[in-house]
Order: sequence, then structure tokens, then C-alpha cells
Amino acid sequence: MQLQVQQTRIIRRLKIREALFHKTLSLSAIILIILLFCMFLTLLVSSLPSIKALGLKFIYGNTWDPVSGEFGALSFLVGTLLTSLLALLISTPFSLTIGLFLGEYYPKGWFSALLKNAVELLAGIPSVIYGFWGIYFIVPIVRSLEMKLGAPPIGVGIFTASLVLSIMIIPFSASLIRLVISMVPVTLKEAAYSLGATRFEVIRYIIIPYIRSGLSAGILLALGRALGETMAVTMLIGNTQALPHSLFATGDTMASVIANQFTEATGKVYFSALIEIGLFLFVVTTIINIIGRNIIKRFES
Amino acid sequence: MEGTILKTEDFNAWFGSTQVLKNLNISIAKHKITAIMGPSGCGKSTFIRCINRMHELNQNATTTGKIYLDGQNIYEQNPTILRRHIGMVFQNPNPFNTMSIYQNVIAGYTLNGYKLNRAERDVVVEESLENAALWDEVKDNLHKKGTFLSGGQQQRLCIARSLAMKPEILLLDEPTSALDPISTAKIEELLFGLKQSYTIIIVTHNIQQAARISDFSAFFYLGEVSEWDETKTIFTNPKNIQTQNYITGRFG
Amino acid sequence: MKERLRYRNARNLVFKFFVIVFTLISVVPLVLLILYIFKQGISVINWNFFTSLPKPVGEIGGGIFNALVGSLLIILVATMMAVPFGVTTGMYFSENSRNWVYKLAHLSVDVLQGIPSIVIGIIIYLWLVKPFGKFSAFSGSVALSFMMLPSIIKSTEETLKLVPHALKEASLSLGVPYYKTMLRVVMPAGISGILNGVILGVARVAGETAPLLFTAFGNPFLSLNIFKPMASLPLIIFNYAISPYDEWHRLAWGASFILVSMVLILNILTKLTEKRWKVQF
Repeated sequence: MQLQVQQTRIIRRLKIREALFHKTLSLSAIILIILLFCMFLTLLVSSLPSIKALGLKFIYGNTWDPVSGEFGALSFLVGTLLTSLLALLISTPFSLTIGLFLGEYYPKGWFSALLKNAVELLAGIPSVIYGFWGIYFIVPIVRSLEMKLGAPPIGVGIFTASLVLSIMIIPFSASLIRLVISMVPVTLKEAAYSLGATRFEVIRYIIIPYIRSGLSAGILLALGRALGETMAVTMLIGNTQALPHSLFATGDTMASVIANQFTEATGKVYFSALIEIGLFLFVVTTIINIIGRNIIKRFES
Repeated sequence: MEGTILKTEDFNAWFGSTQVLKNLNISIAKHKITAIMGPSGCGKSTFIRCINRMHELNQNATTTGKIYLDGQNIYEQNPTILRRHIGMVFQNPNPFNTMSIYQNVIAGYTLNGYKLNRAERDVVVEESLENAALWDEVKDNLHKKGTFLSGGQQQRLCIARSLAMKPEILLLDEPTSALDPISTAKIEELLFGLKQSYTIIIVTHNIQQAARISDFSAFFYLGEVSEWDETKTIFTNPKNIQTQNYITGRFG
Repeated sequence: MKERLRYRNARNLVFKFFVIVFTLISVVPLVLLILYIFKQGISVINWNFFTSLPKPVGEIGGGIFNALVGSLLIILVATMMAVPFGVTTGMYFSENSRNWVYKLAHLSVDVLQGIPSIVIGIIIYLWLVKPFGKFSAFSGSVALSFMMLPSIIKSTEETLKLVPHALKEASLSLGVPYYKTMLRVVMPAGISGILNGVILGVARVAGETAPLLFTAFGNPFLSLNIFKPMASLPLIIFNYAISPYDEWHRLAWGASFILVSMVLILNILTKLTEKRWKVQF
């Protein structure tokens, strides 16, 4: 009888702990979902004063003047798009060749291992250090280039920011591209080789068409990265709230304007307008991410 | 039957909507070796996984009916506690790779929070390894990881791990199918010795093995027990045509 | 025909040449950056640099003791918050079927990974700084812990999925309760993979500046109170780099050198844990 009671007690304790364990696990997954939702909600609610006060003018207005209370984010939108697209344009040939080098030409060997590690390392270096290095290393180079071209020798600006940004996103897109290239079926390539195709022809007519969707996903995800990149861009773009008139002009991006003005923003609408920029970044990068990842996932299966 | 330890009553098991065990009524004799034979997919593994209630861990796995162990329906007991009384050895040796040999043998106690003192533990480890005929081979390396052992040794370590819990029944799921003939012979010999004190149920693909070591044999076909009897009878005078075909090697 | 073949072969070679050249060129910035930082940073480093506080403008010398301590503290607190939550979530993913919680939570991880760090900074500011009316190291830690989560969750999920099912069965068949099987058998078998994800997460946030701008904020003095503003390496680099004073630039180079070395070491560490992990199975 004593034994019986003890046994039931053991079983009850066991059941409680078991249930507690499972609850903890599913609870953390649910909390994660709630947190993400709350993040979005927080941004949305805090943007409301600005959304109400400014409406669509927020997007097409290009005057950003806290003194007169005008907040048009067009110049930041343009600045962000310009730097990101330019960075993609510069980096994509390099990411693609690294992807081909590691995924097709030399998938093995010590040099490829070294290269792969070097690329990963490049990805690990903090943004603020890219910015700092950019100020002292890239800016003088750009300045002398500007002098040769007859542009005002400022050094910082859209072009400089894009250049450093392109170096920063190479590792990310290169590793994605390598991944999709390595997924091209060997049999497909062998079939082409057996018909007498050269390697270039295999790449041109077999690999590139096969990975087209994966490739675009890689570039899309790299764009997502570039859009939100803050520190290096903030340090190199010149921080001017006006529409850039040339590639060498100074400007501002959505992320850099937040970094520069957020702690100083006085006034309800000003503060809220900066949060609305954050909300915009959140939504855009989220959409890009979901689309890009879905393409990659479909490509994988 | 006299000396019955385990008895099933109208027992059925499903994976989702596919029925893998149909209306099982079978008794297992105490301190004997019972071999479960049959072509692949006949439900023999599922059957022994129902005995220690591992089957229900699969998704959508369900059962109906009763299995009595010492007269008590195991489906009315707590599965976790139940498994402490029923040892199981799997097809592929699966020692805990993060633990030493010593820790592996005593794992059933430490993981279940039983408090044993050093001397008691030493006794359990030595006894279990002796019983699993492994003691002489590993006694100098007790505190090394079990992963350097050969496949056969690892399997005997797994047997020792089960024996350490002093189970009422030892279930073996094709324990030698991943092993070489010499290791297989060692394990068969070992099982023969163990039946003095343990009830053994062994699933096997190998008809010769069943004939060599078992006292009773059950032949499963498409989820049903098509025949079960003393091994001698099954092999010399099978009543069922499927059994006959199987043991003479005509399918399987 | 022969002409055509020669053209095709030439084209093939030229392309290969391009691939190799472009690949080599893309390594150049890395080499330049590392060399430049070492050159600028190494001369600044001495004992004093590690142990003293920054000096006011105009005075020579000074160090980054406060930022070093601050960074370590902020990251430590962030890790302590992210690891338990990340591991339990990863464990949930590793064993659950694809129900709606799984799908939605998985999506959340992907989304979290893609949110720009500056936006995380804003959100944590609104959650933890504005309501209390003051910047704090703790809010910085929370921001960083959000950024560490994806790598911890993903590595936990993937590692635990790789742990052989047989190990789990062995434990369960001994009558070990499910929760104990997960915690004492499956987790230890996958510990190096989980650790790898944690280090990766730390490496990812060690240099993060943007989420700290509006949270930990920075502090010219030594502070150990996590509910007050605190200095950190990336913040000090940013603030000094954009300042007009040469002496502060020197400090920033020294701090950059330390930060890059830290990230390098962490990266190498992940490589090592990764290798050990692969040998085991």
C-alpha cells in the first residue's frame, strides 16, 4: 500500500515535469511569434502621429525640415535606393565569379578553402569598421578621382558609400550564389560535356539558365541587406537632406537619417516621422526576405 | 500455458490508417527465448515496440487491445515507468557517445535519478558487463568512451546497459543483423546463458538463428500471427503453408 | 570548323581567366582592410590602452577600459538572455511537426534575421528606454540578444535534427522520461553544434553599433551598472571616428584593432567547434 502511494506520487511528478517541458518549448515558439508581431505593432503605433499629420506627403515630399515641421522622406528613399542598387551593380559581377570559382571551377583544394574562409571573414567584420576604414582609405581615393573628373572633391557621398557597401555585401551574395551553383545536377553538366561543350558553354547554357531563379533570390536578399545597412553608410554618405544630383553628391539614406537624428528628434511628429522611416524599412526588408527565402527554398526542393 | 509472463489479448496497432498488427493473441513463456520471425513489413518489430510502448512515440501511431505483463495490462500503466522493467536492444548498436563505458552501463540509473553509492554502482557495472560477456574485454578501459569498441562489443555494451536495470523482459530487435558472424555467435551464446534469469524476445530475420537459439517461435505474416509454437515443432512440422514457405526459403 | 573550335576554346580560357581575376580582386579589399587596421592599430596598443579610461579632448593618451568592460558586459547579458530562449525554441523546431505554430515561428525567425539592426534599435528604444526615461546597457543587451537569436535557434534546430534518433530511443527504452532524454542525452550529443551557433551569434553582435546607439548609448566613464548608459567598443569607434580630434582617432584605431581581432578569434573558434562536431558523427 505504501509502495502504491509512492508509485502514484512518482508518476504524478513525472507527468507534471513532462508537461512543463513541452509547454516551455511551445511557449517559447509562441512568444517568438508574439514578439515579432509586437515589434511591428510598436513601429506602427509610434508612426501614427506622423502618418496622420503627413499622409502621403511623407513619401513624395523632399523637404526635411524639423524647424518648419515638414517631413518628406523622398530624398532618403532615393538615397537608399541609389546606394543599394549601385552597390549591387558593383558587387554582383564579383559575387557571381566567386560563386563560380568556388562552386564550379575549384570546389576543393587549399586555395578554395582559404578563399571561402576569407570571404566569411569579410562578412564578419563590423560595419562600423568598414565605415572607419572607408573614411581614411576610400575617401582620399575617391577625392582624387573626383578631382580628375572635375567634380567637387568632397570624398564622401553616394558613390563612396555604395563602393564600401558593395564590398560588404559581396560575401553574403557570393555564398548564396555558390550554394545555388553547387545544386546544379551533375548529370546535367555531364550531358553537356559529353556533347563536346566547353566549360564556358556549360556555364553559359546550362548553369546560368538553371540557377536563374536562385540567382535572382541571392541578389534580392543582398538588396535586403544593403537597404538596412547603417553604420558604414552613415559614416560615408555625407548626411545631407536633399535629393542627390549626381553620383558623387552627398546624401542620406533611411537608415543613416535615423542613426543621425533619432536621439535628437524633438517634437512629436519629427520623432514619429523617423519611426515611420523605420517602419518602412521593416516592411520592405521583411517582404524582400520572405520572397527571397521562398525562392531559395523552392529552388532547393 | 504454464509460466506465462506476457500475454496479448486482441491486440491491434496502426500507423495512421494502416493496420500493422491484427488481432494478436499470443503468450510468451517466462525465462525462455521466443523468436519472432516473418518477412519484412509483417509487423514483428512493431510488436516488440508495443511491448515497451515505444510504438506510440511515432506520429499517428495507435493501439487497441491489451497486453498483460504479470497479469497487469501495460496499457494502463505509465509508459516511462514501464520501460524501466523492459529492456530493449536495437538493430544498430546505440551506446551513448558522450559517455564512457562505465557511464553507459549505469545510464539507466543515473538518467532516472536513482541514487546509488560508488560500491553499488561498481557492482552493477561489473555484473552487467559480466552478464553481457564483455567484462574481460573492457575492464581496463571502463572510463574510456564506448565509441572505440567494435560493432559487436558495442552491441554487447547495449545489452549490458539493458541488463543493468534488471528487466523482466529483454527485447531484441534484430540485434545481430548489423554484425559479423563471429560477433553474432558471441551474442547468441550470451543470450543462451541469459535465459536462466531473463525472458527474451528476439526479432530476427535469420531463420537459422531462430532455430538455433529459441525455445518458442512465432511466425508473423501481414500483421497476423500465422503460427506460434515450440521452435522444434515449427521447424519440423509447420501447420501453416506460409510458415512452411518461409522457413524453407521460398519468400522473405 | 577548326577556326570555330579555336574560337570556342579561346573564349573558354578567357572566361576562366576573368573568373580567377575577379575572384582575386574581390579578396583585395579584405587584405587592405586588415593590413590598414593592423598598421594603424598596433602602434596604439599598450598596457595603458587596456587599463585606462579615455582622456578629455586635448590630453594625450588614455585608453578604452570602459568600452572593453562595457562590451563584454553587454554581450554577456545578451548571451545569457538569448541562449535559453534560443535553445528552447530551436528544440521546439527540431521535434515538432509542421503545424501552424511551427510555420509561423519559423517565419518569425527568418523575418527577425532580416530586420535591419537600426530598426531593432528603434524598437528596443520604444520598449525599454522611453518608458523608463533613460538609456541603459540592459536595453542594449536586449537589442543584441534579438540579433543573436536566429543563429542560436537555427543551429540548435539543425544540430538536434542531426543527433541520431537511435540515441533518443536508447534513452527512452531505459525508461528515461522524455524531457530528461532531451536534456541529458540529446542535448549533450549536440552541444558542440549549439555552442557553434552561440559563438556565431556572439561574433555577429560583437561589432553591432546601430542597435546600441539609442539603447546603451555610450558613456565616457567606467560603469558597471547595467541599468545606466554604458560604453562599448563599436560605439567608441563610431563616436571617435567621426570626431575631429587626431588623438581620438588614434584610440578608435586601437579599438578597431581589438574589435577585429575579437571577431577574427570568434570566427576561428566557430570553425574549430564546427570541425569537432563533424568528426563526431
